[in-house]
Amino acid sequence: MATSYNAKDEDGHITVSGPGGGTLRSRKPENTAFKQQRLPAWQPILTAGTVLPAFFIIGLIFIPIGIGLYVTSNNIREFEVDYTGVDVSSPCFNCSQNYSWNSSRPCTCTIPFYLEQPYEGNVYMYYGLSNFYQNHRRYVKSRDDSQLHGDMDSLLTPSKECEPYAFHDKKPIAPCGAIANSMFNDTLELFYNDPNGTKVLVPLANTGIAWFTDKYVKFKNPGGDGANLTAVFQGTSKPVNWLKPVYELDKNSSNNGFINEDFIVWMRTAALPTFRKLYRTIKDAKVIPTLPSGNYTLEVVYNYPVRSFEGRKRMILSTISWMGGKNPFLGIAYVTVGSVCFFLGVVLLVIHHKCGNRNNSADISN
Amino acid sequence: MVSELHRAALCRKDALEEERRVRANDREYNDKFQYASNCIMTSKYNIITFLPVNLFEQFQEVANTYFLFLLILQLIPQISSLSWFTTIVPLALVLSITAVKDATDDYFRHNSDNQVNNRQSQVLIRGSLQNEKWMNVRVGDIIKLENNQFVAADLLLLSSSEPHGLCYIETAELDGSENTPHLSIKSELRQSVSVTSELGDQNNLASFNGEVVCEPPNNKLDRFCGTLYWRDKKYTLTNQNMLLRGCVLRNTEACYGLVIFAGPDTKLMQNSGRTKFKRTSIDRLMNTLVLWIFGFLVCMGVILAVGNAVWEREVGSLFQSYLPWDPPVDNFLFSAFLSFWSYVIILNTVVPISLYVSVEVIRLGHSYFINWDQQMFCSQCNTAAEARTTTLNEELGQVEYIFSDKTGTLTQNIMSFNKCSINRQTYGNIHFTHLFVLGERLDFTPFNPLADPDFCFYDDTLLESVKVGDSHTHEFFRLLSLCHTVMSEEKSEGELIYKAQSPDEGALVTAARNFGFVFRSRTPGTITTTEMGRPVTYTLLAILDFNNIRKRMSVIVRNPEGRIRLYCKGADTVLLERLNPCNQELMNITSDHLNEYASDGLRTLALAYRDLSEDDWEMWSESHRCADKATNCREDRLAATYEAIEQDMMLLGATAIEDKLQEGVPETIAVLSLANIKIWVLTGDKQETAVNIGYSCKMLTDDMTEVFIISGHTVQSVRQELRSVHLPLQLSGVSNYGAVAHISGEFAIVINGHSLAHALEADMETEFVLTACACKAVICCRVTPLQKAQVVELIKKHKKAVTLAIGDGANDVSMIKSAHIGVGISGQEGIQAVLASDYSFSQFRFLQRLLLVHGRWSYLRMCRFLCYFFYKNFAFTMVHFWFGFFCGFSAQTVYDQYFITLYNIVYTSLPVLAMGIFDQDVPDQRSLEYPKLYEPGQLNLLFNKREFFICIAQGIYTSVVLFFVPCAVLSDATQSTGVPLADYQTFAVTTATALVIVVSVQIALDTGFWTVINHVFVWGSLGCYFAIMIALHSQTLFRIFPNQFHFVGSAQSTLLQPVVWLTIALATAICIVPVLAFRFLKVDLKPQLSDTVRKVTQTQCLLDGRLGARGGSRRSGYAFAHQEGFGELITSGKNMRLSSLALANFASRHSSNWIDTLRRKKHNHTHTPPNASGDLGAPQPYKL
Repeated sequence: MATSYNAKDEDGHITVSGPGGGTLRSRKPENTAFKQQRLPAWQPILTAGTVLPAFFIIGLIFIPIGIGLYVTSNNIREFEVDYTGVDVSSPCFNCSQNYSWNSSRPCTCTIPFYLEQPYEGNVYMYYGLSNFYQNHRRYVKSRDDSQLHGDMDSLLTPSKECEPYAFHDKKPIAPCGAIANSMFNDTLELFYNDPNGTKVLVPLANTGIAWFTDKYVKFKNPGGDGANLTAVFQGTSKPVNWLKPVYELDKNSSNNGFINEDFIVWMRTAALPTFRKLYRTIKDAKVIPTLPSGNYTLEVVYNYPVRSFEGRKRMILSTISWMGGKNPFLGIAYVTVGSVCFFLGVVLLVIHHKCGNRNNSADISN
Repeated sequence: MVSELHRAALCRKDALEEERRVRANDREYNDKFQYASNCIMTSKYNIITFLPVNLFEQFQEVANTYFLFLLILQLIPQISSLSWFTTIVPLALVLSITAVKDATDDYFRHNSDNQVNNRQSQVLIRGSLQNEKWMNVRVGDIIKLENNQFVAADLLLLSSSEPHGLCYIETAELDGSENTPHLSIKSELRQSVSVTSELGDQNNLASFNGEVVCEPPNNKLDRFCGTLYWRDKKYTLTNQNMLLRGCVLRNTEACYGLVIFAGPDTKLMQNSGRTKFKRTSIDRLMNTLVLWIFGFLVCMGVILAVGNAVWEREVGSLFQSYLPWDPPVDNFLFSAFLSFWSYVIILNTVVPISLYVSVEVIRLGHSYFINWDQQMFCSQCNTAAEARTTTLNEELGQVEYIFSDKTGTLTQNIMSFNKCSINRQTYGNIHFTHLFVLGERLDFTPFNPLADPDFCFYDDTLLESVKVGDSHTHEFFRLLSLCHTVMSEEKSEGELIYKAQSPDEGALVTAARNFGFVFRSRTPGTITTTEMGRPVTYTLLAILDFNNIRKRMSVIVRNPEGRIRLYCKGADTVLLERLNPCNQELMNITSDHLNEYASDGLRTLALAYRDLSEDDWEMWSESHRCADKATNCREDRLAATYEAIEQDMMLLGATAIEDKLQEGVPETIAVLSLANIKIWVLTGDKQETAVNIGYSCKMLTDDMTEVFIISGHTVQSVRQELRSVHLPLQLSGVSNYGAVAHISGEFAIVINGHSLAHALEADMETEFVLTACACKAVICCRVTPLQKAQVVELIKKHKKAVTLAIGDGANDVSMIKSAHIGVGISGQEGIQAVLASDYSFSQFRFLQRLLLVHGRWSYLRMCRFLCYFFYKNFAFTMVHFWFGFFCGFSAQTVYDQYFITLYNIVYTSLPVLAMGIFDQDVPDQRSLEYPKLYEPGQLNLLFNKREFFICIAQGIYTSVVLFFVPCAVLSDATQSTGVPLADYQTFAVTTATALVIVVSVQIALDTGFWTVINHVFVWGSLGCYFAIMIALHSQTLFRIFPNQFHFVGSAQSTLLQPVVWLTIALATAICIVPVLAFRFLKVDLKPQLSDTVRKVTQTQCLLDGRLGARGGSRRSGYAFAHQEGFGELITSGKNMRLSSLALANFASRHSSNWIDTLRRKKHNHTHTPPNASGDLGAPQPYKL
């Protein structure tokens, strides 16, 4: 790249070949371990002595963990019911047929189910959606975090990312964007059919279902705590698909507006098109077990249309352990990987003994 | 008028200068032509132009433009799948690193320019000398030069302090002439045109107003033609009248010159064009692979775009109630089109922008290691090895052919006067070995106070003969003291320093000096000597100079008594033809001696004289004058007059000079041969000398089946000779070119320059390559510099092998430039070869360290670096591809955009750089002990297309695992608070963490040499990842920029989940276990030699360590002490020096071995690498 001429070269040789030379500075490179590439170093090599034990150790660690995980997972109770209403026989079929976002009269359907085993400890109620692309790029970016953080400017001038759900009738939408607009708005209620015939409403807690940071850091109502939300949101429009404005999501002021936990949960987009989201918790009540085995009814206020895109809606009840919900895959995967490692260890050991090259120094000298 | 001229000048400038007119002392006149000033500018930028020019240059690189294009794509909101900063941050980083490097380079260039431009010179302005800076010197100025000053511009010599307007200059790097190949720094004589030389001092010169019309600036160093018009007369100017910039004035008090060419027009600057940019094969492979990756990228883009079209049609259109299409998108096809570009943006990280910059950094590191290597430092000449090019290091690990010059490279270019034959008597015939010197070194000082104390001679009979006053001996040494072109410098009385054109001459004159015929000084017309203590001054009548055709030189001198004598010395072949017939008998004996000397590997010259009568001289001198003044065919006519007088001579005797081998040459050649490197010696020397050097450096051995000599003069005879070689080699003609037949025995081929000329012709070259490559040793003698380059080109063309040329002189420059790698020996012969070279050092034996240690390591490191680099980027990027199938092909990224920005430049850059710079598989002394370790580089085994695909496959496998394992685990998992883990941010953090951990484990597996730096970088990168992630996900940053940091709280929330860590561990295990198993199997079943050596080295170290610990135990003292000594011997390498044993082994086992390589290389694409037994069956230099 550079020209080969360099003025240094022009007089370069003179210093070398000049007569006498005088006291030339020695140009001997420094004798440091770094410059001579002799830094002390650890030089691992893959030998039978290191690799084979590693395989056995991985095997021995993974298999017990896997078994533990599997057993834990198996002890978790989980019940799932699909209430989309695809089949004609399904109780929600009618509701699913006459769908409209803004139907003034809510459609309600009732699904009976039977829990064979009692659910103990905390029980969690989820709603699950299938074929719903919360992870689509345009969907994911369609939100304004600064609006949700309570920024007044953003409240009135939502980010462009929210388009086409930024303005409605020239009024800014709060909360703006496609995510907020498509918020899940079915209402689920659970009744226990006592063997004596009475229908007991199972108390569902609608708080404590969102991430701590979401609830207390990421989402903030404009105007701060205790402000009059109705006044604050004056001049904004509710999202197109919503039935009621954001400041009417809950009567409890610590769960209203942007910090409504149902809203927060929805705004935490899912990674995969089939997902579940925490809907309610059934706290460890005085009754033991929390949910005794028996007949239950799920009452659904069917607002959320999914059939247009062949989506499915589910309700899931689950207990939980130290490692979370039911997750048989992890245990099985651990056992499998552990066994494969162990097996590989054995196979490699056999290969090593049969045809391995153990006597290297002999080779090198012969 | 002036403006018209001005315009004319401008026009001429545009239409290229056709001739140059310079009038002395007339700045006004000269200014009209707007000749370049004497200010040179090698720098490219100044402060204002730096940014635009440098950026413009950088964006000429395809890669940078490509990333700029991506950046523009990212600014389109419908396409932008990533924030603009994911591209601009790495791009800016890369650009600024390059810019900083360019700026520093340019800064140094500015400095050296300034230094040169501000040198002082004395300019004659209006009759008085004024000090001017070099840059202010203008064309047409007359400047005064003093002794030892640099010539500031190309000058026409006007006058000098020496008689006849002579002056001496020393050319250093200027020399491009080919007729005196053994010279680069040489003293040359320059003479001014006679009329101007009479001008003398400055007063006369001030009024000098001659006008020079000459050729335009050009780069021909040895040619100048012009005419001086002065006082209505024309004088022809030649190169003899010119002093070129870059030369130094020597042995001349002062001289005056007229500036003809200045600054950029000087021949020196005209010669410094852009250097040919050499690329390594890895570079080329890398570029191909990058193109393939682009193709791959486009394919992925197309697949995903098709997926997008299908999805938008089948699902997306129905999903529009929740997610309407962006305004310009009105159908699925357009959406697919946009999605293609979006994916191009996302997947662009498969071609990482940091690749090129990292490669440069690694190479720079390797170059520094070469510069720093103490074992390549020569303390005698105080020069360390220097990597002058930083881009070729890894190719040093792949060299297959070495083309070596002989003189100054294999030999020291130190000549010692060893033997002579005077009047039927041979002297100096004393054999000595390293151990016994038979006879004592002669002490000349009592006999001759002017003797050179460094001169060695062992035969006192010669000294006796001088002392006795044998007339032949006296005449012999008188000739040596008179017939030469040596310059002497006598600083103080008796302290003589000779400056010789060639070391041969120096040796001869020094010999004469010690034997009592001391050359003291010379003027253009006289030579003063001290003969046996008596000062004598000879009148020098003529010098009949040496050239390659004449192969002799003569002087004609008149001694104080008035007798005229011609003394001639020259090659025996030409000189013996020109003797008086009465010398027949003497000639026969001397010829025998000459043959004897030649077979000892000595360089010989024959000496003769001729007495001339006054008439002879008058006649000849007249014809000489005629010839000298001839305008056409001057050279030929001069040669003819020389020929006429160099006849009928009387033989005096012959000299033999030993050309000393450099230190460690035979050992180096043996080691390099064991490493399957073929060494060709290309020399300008004659056949006998070359063959002798071949023997003395063990290229040729007596065990060889046959040494073929090809010296035909015609095409037919050369072809015949080549064919005759085929028979013993069992090569059946050119048709069988592909298959290398089994060759039994060892052969060597020696080919002469004139035969080589025929062999290099198009129809014979394949035959020649075939033959020469089947021979173990190839020596080409009597070759011209051009032929040297042709031979290199031939091998490059036919063998597709990496070639290295090593030489020290100007005659090696063409060869050094045309080979893949040029190495210059910075030794006796100036620095031109060094300037043209890519690497330079001062001893041939350093070559083995350069290739076997630095080259091998560089290659290994670069290959490991590239493998890992492609792997990590594929593992990183392909996750997006799999995710595409789950996110509606919407080009949603899996990771946080900050992670994407920082992955290549922060999280994974330093560990792989550390590996690329510091990794070692075996210690340096091992690679010298087992030259076989060099082979993988030659066979290109460590990084080739196959290896690349393996890396890519591994990367893709890793990406599959990294996507699907978290996908399967997290889709149903929940936190212990019941909150599902399948949200996008948790998934992103999990995958990213798993990725960083997997690639870190992988680099840990790849790194074979864990220095502190590696530890710091690997652990530091991991630490950095977690620190940066936690910082980016922190509440503080979110509160400041809520729209930029969406991931607030994700790190804390995710990394506290045991399930996430279990997932990461699972993914890591699934990624790494197969690699580990595969590598173990490879090492265990088919260990490469390096694996074995590494293992042996390590067990020995362990053994040593253990034994050291046991040192205190008395009981086992004896038994272990025995082994300990042995172990130390092995580890210290004391018993592993390449000894005669190794050489013997090398001789007996070599042939089958390198043919194997050749064969393997041919079938390389079908066969797997050579297996262990094959490798280990190869010759070993020693037994354990």
